Amino acid sequence: MRPFTFTQAQNVDTAVREVSSDGAKFIAGGTNLLDLMKIDVMQPSHLVDITQIALDTIEETEAGGLRLGALVKNADTAYHELVETRYPLLSHAILAGATAQLRNMATDGGNLLQRTRCYYFYDTHTPCNKREPGSGCSAIKGYNRDLAILGTSEHCIATHPSDMCVALAALEATVHVTGKSGERAIPFADFHRLPGDTPHLDSNLQPDEIITSIELPAQGFARNYTYLKLRDRASYAFALVSVAAALELEGNTVKEARIALGGVAHKPWRVPEAEALLQGQTASRENFQKVAEAYLQGAQGFGHNNFKIELAKRAIVRALEKATKMEATA
Amino acid sequence: MHTENSPGTETAVRPLLPETRTVTLRVNGTSHQLQLAPWTSVLDALREHLHLTGTKKGCDHGQCGACTVLLDGKRINSCLTLAVMQENKEITTVEGLAQNGELHPVQQAFIDHDAFQCGYCTPGQICSVIGMVNEGKAKTLDDIKDLMSGNICRCGAYVNIVKVAQEALEKNTGL
Repeated sequence: MRPFTFTQAQNVDTAVREVSSDGAKFIAGGTNLLDLMKIDVMQPSHLVDITQIALDTIEETEAGGLRLGALVKNADTAYHELVETRYPLLSHAILAGATAQLRNMATDGGNLLQRTRCYYFYDTHTPCNKREPGSGCSAIKGYNRDLAILGTSEHCIATHPSDMCVALAALEATVHVTGKSGERAIPFADFHRLPGDTPHLDSNLQPDEIITSIELPAQGFARNYTYLKLRDRASYAFALVSVAAALELEGNTVKEARIALGGVAHKPWRVPEAEALLQGQTASRENFQKVAEAYLQGAQGFGHNNFKIELAKRAIVRALEKATKMEATA
Repeated sequence: MHTENSPGTETAVRPLLPETRTVTLRVNGTSHQLQLAPWTSVLDALREHLHLTGTKKGCDHGQCGACTVLLDGKRINSCLTLAVMQENKEITTVEGLAQNGELHPVQQAFIDHDAFQCGYCTPGQICSVIGMVNEGKAKTLDDIKDLMSGNICRCGAYVNIVKVAQEALEKNTGL
């Protein structure tokens, strides 16, 4: 690891001020950052430890939702009583990712800022537009089995690796951030970006901004939900395709449907127009298949990952069927 | 030798020589004052500075679990944790498990069930089983397999490691 200087910030204002210097980065759980620093993919010259800041609680909001402090550990979030009971989709998604050790270390804010696990991003001997803007994309014509099929650009086909974020996208969370120019709230759908011609930017968070909390709205879809993660082994593997499905049902009629896909794009993938196809419709396989087709409109494979298009469609149908059946058996 | 960094100044200038600071780590019930560079992991602090070599370095990237230790009773990958960030925390390594010359029940269970071959992953496996018991979330065999997936055994002793984990859960032998 390259040498760096290190300071500890006691509050948000100090943290924001200290991270504004060139080459400075925040560190909290460190599980992704230190890994990338060890292999020289990331080379901060200064780290600002933010773990002393009091952002480590989960509180109820006046709007009937929950505010997850940015520094709450992933494990503590997944096992929190109010998350388990009101937002079980989020619990399940978090527990589908990483290992017990990593979940005990990684923070909720950090989870949002994970870097892609694209092999070429990790391999400093190959070109990668995300790691080194303008150097080219090795994945498009390379081995791309794990990589994106939706929202890609000619510059990057990386995927966002998080499971937690797929659930947060479906739940329509809000990300609260503070920067030099004050606080702002970012709807989850606008937090992460598509690669376009600036794939080195994963999110719309500005370099001087810190995530302070993630707010969950009141509606948690605790009755009918599923997080379905398809991967090469049963545990500790990133998703080939994952689906966060949440339904509000009246009898067998869908009042509201939320679907977010992981492992297929540079951000958790939502298609609100496709979700709307289910509104007022019967929760049936036939209708779920229509939604699945609409969700994968415009999907493009790059050779090794062509199978993901059909896999994603079937995963959507299976996840929606599973979410529907919960109430039937309840 | 510098012991303090100056916040907010010259932060873009990368230090050329190890710039150390005094770090107090509490390991197995004893406090140790160490002079550490900020990039020293808990794993390297344990092995290279405190000479507690029971905790193993496998992949050094959080993938194998050989470096698992308990931090305030919870299991973490010590290779992905900076020592300077862990002051005032209670670190427990495999060396801190035996009490009054008696092995911790999970250590004894690894022997009883022949749950290792080369032994390299074993300290991490032991700490991980204890952490799993402390966490109280494992109920079924599938839970055990999932919640122990952060510890790899390349000899393939998994069948017997699972037996240890089942026994530890039944007898509630945490920390």
